[in-house]
Amino acid sequence: MTVARHTWYLTVRQARNLMREPIWIALLLVQPMVWLVLYGQLFRNVTKLGGFGTGSYITFLAPAIVVMNAFFGATWSGMSMINDLDHKVIERFLATPASRISLVLAQIVRSAITAAIQAVIILLVSLALGVHIHTGVLGWLVIILAAILVNSAFAGISQAIALLTRREATMIAVANFIGLPLLFLSTTMIARSQMPGWMQTVARFNPVDWGVKAARGVVLPNTDWSSVGWHLLFLFVLSAVTAAWATRTFGAYQRSL
Amino acid sequence: MVDAIAVEGLRKRYGDVQALDGVSFRVREGEVFGLLGPNGAGKSTTVRVLVTLTRADEGTATVNGKDVVEDTNAVRRAIGYVPQDSGVDQFGTGRENLTLQGRVQGMSGADLRARVAELLELVGISDAADRIVKNYSGGMRRRLDIALGLVHRPRVLFLDEPTTGLDPEARVAMWEEVSRLAQAEALTILLTTHYLEEADQLAHRLAIVSQGKIVVEGTPAQLKAGLSGDAVHVELNDDTVEEAQRVLAAVGARPEQVVDGRTIVSRVENGGRALPGIMSALEAAGIEVASVSLSRPSLDDVYLHFTGRDFGSEDRSA
Repeated sequence: MTVARHTWYLTVRQARNLMREPIWIALLLVQPMVWLVLYGQLFRNVTKLGGFGTGSYITFLAPAIVVMNAFFGATWSGMSMINDLDHKVIERFLATPASRISLVLAQIVRSAITAAIQAVIILLVSLALGVHIHTGVLGWLVIILAAILVNSAFAGISQAIALLTRREATMIAVANFIGLPLLFLSTTMIARSQMPGWMQTVARFNPVDWGVKAARGVVLPNTDWSSVGWHLLFLFVLSAVTAAWATRTFGAYQRSL
Repeated sequence: MVDAIAVEGLRKRYGDVQALDGVSFRVREGEVFGLLGPNGAGKSTTVRVLVTLTRADEGTATVNGKDVVEDTNAVRRAIGYVPQDSGVDQFGTGRENLTLQGRVQGMSGADLRARVAELLELVGISDAADRIVKNYSGGMRRRLDIALGLVHRPRVLFLDEPTTGLDPEARVAMWEEVSRLAQAEALTILLTTHYLEEADQLAHRLAIVSQGKIVVEGTPAQLKAGLSGDAVHVELNDDTVEEAQRVLAAVGARPEQVVDGRTIVSRVENGGRALPGIMSALEAAGIEVASVSLSRPSLDDVYLHFTGRDFGSEDRSA
């Protein structure tokens, strides 16, 4: 109960600070818009290769861009923890009865809220570009949930790395190191059947791909609900595991004081 | 009566550095107690153990009667901690910072709102309450820090270097502030400082900390009285320290310390009466004197007396 309450208070603080600089949300949207609009146009004939489940590349791409954006956002979420560590905000809370778990969870929740807001904006732009979400309102919810879960799964990792290294430079290096490989080792931009065999195998274990499968599943016709459900469940479990890891590293950080 | 703070034999090592080497002291309820010493002496480490941020390797400590290791949350509710590095959320307003601090301390509703407004008034930042902290001046920020430590009406307040980084004017204002708050909120305050003046002004009792140990403890008046007489500082022009020491000893101004290799500190019963004799004896011996000064016992002298080191120079080297 205390954990939930404190997480809420601390999340509100972060969300409010974020809203004070909405330019950040806008900046974070430039990249996905480039992918959606420019990349989507550039490669629109790629569906002729077959295996995309639709003739419209932008329809294939849009839900995956939502997930990709949530993933990239998550890899940077540790920066905010490092900022709080540097400014001793965390230390101030450590001398109070503030729930320790909440200090970490609030960072992850804030990151996930950002991803959800961005997801809605990207979906609205996609609609304007002619994307049709086959399963309607339920589909919207699934896509947003996939974005939230992919984000929290990787935000947990990002928080743990932030707490272990406590250095912005290391965070940037890690974010760059895992960002593009995980993107290319997924079906974000290409149909599975067009990928080399080994990449198809690796992609099965890529959490980014789990999110893409769930989100794309509800956009294209012939939705396989059990596949959508399983992939969301995998992401949920992974989120729980990485959040637990981040909390553990927080304990290690406290002991190092 | 229970001691507000009781510390017994704290030891803590960081790698090769013995930060605390057996620190013990007690602070009575309602007292303002100062830990005085240069940077790196172990003051902040002591405070960090008491506010539950870190654990000592050995020793015990209780705050408000609760053990800092066994009963951490009870300690955390009883204390306010104003760290050396502020720790405010720079992107929030003063009021938001205070409200959140109150919330995690378990306050809510009208009580919290009223308390926040009261504190903003008390520390004199009401006008800036709804501005982003980033735009606060150093002094305003420090006032907010102190208010943050007070939101939940703690019994014991820890002020770690409360005036570091403030200009002299703001420093004096802060001293008045702290004295006033101690009274208004009936607080026990543990204050660390490396300003001798500050300890003298604020603390009812103080302990001098040097290299992880408490070297002496008492009221400022007691500590000064322990050094009878006035201090005569004779600064020499050239390398004649040994000869000068002999001359001074001969006229009844036995040298106690030599600072920086060229300033001799002696203690005499009555400085004004002894000074002419000292001057003429040195002149007769052909020793060139750069300056002579006379001072009533100060905490500077107390520090010098008990640690054998000049306070200012040690602090600079730390």
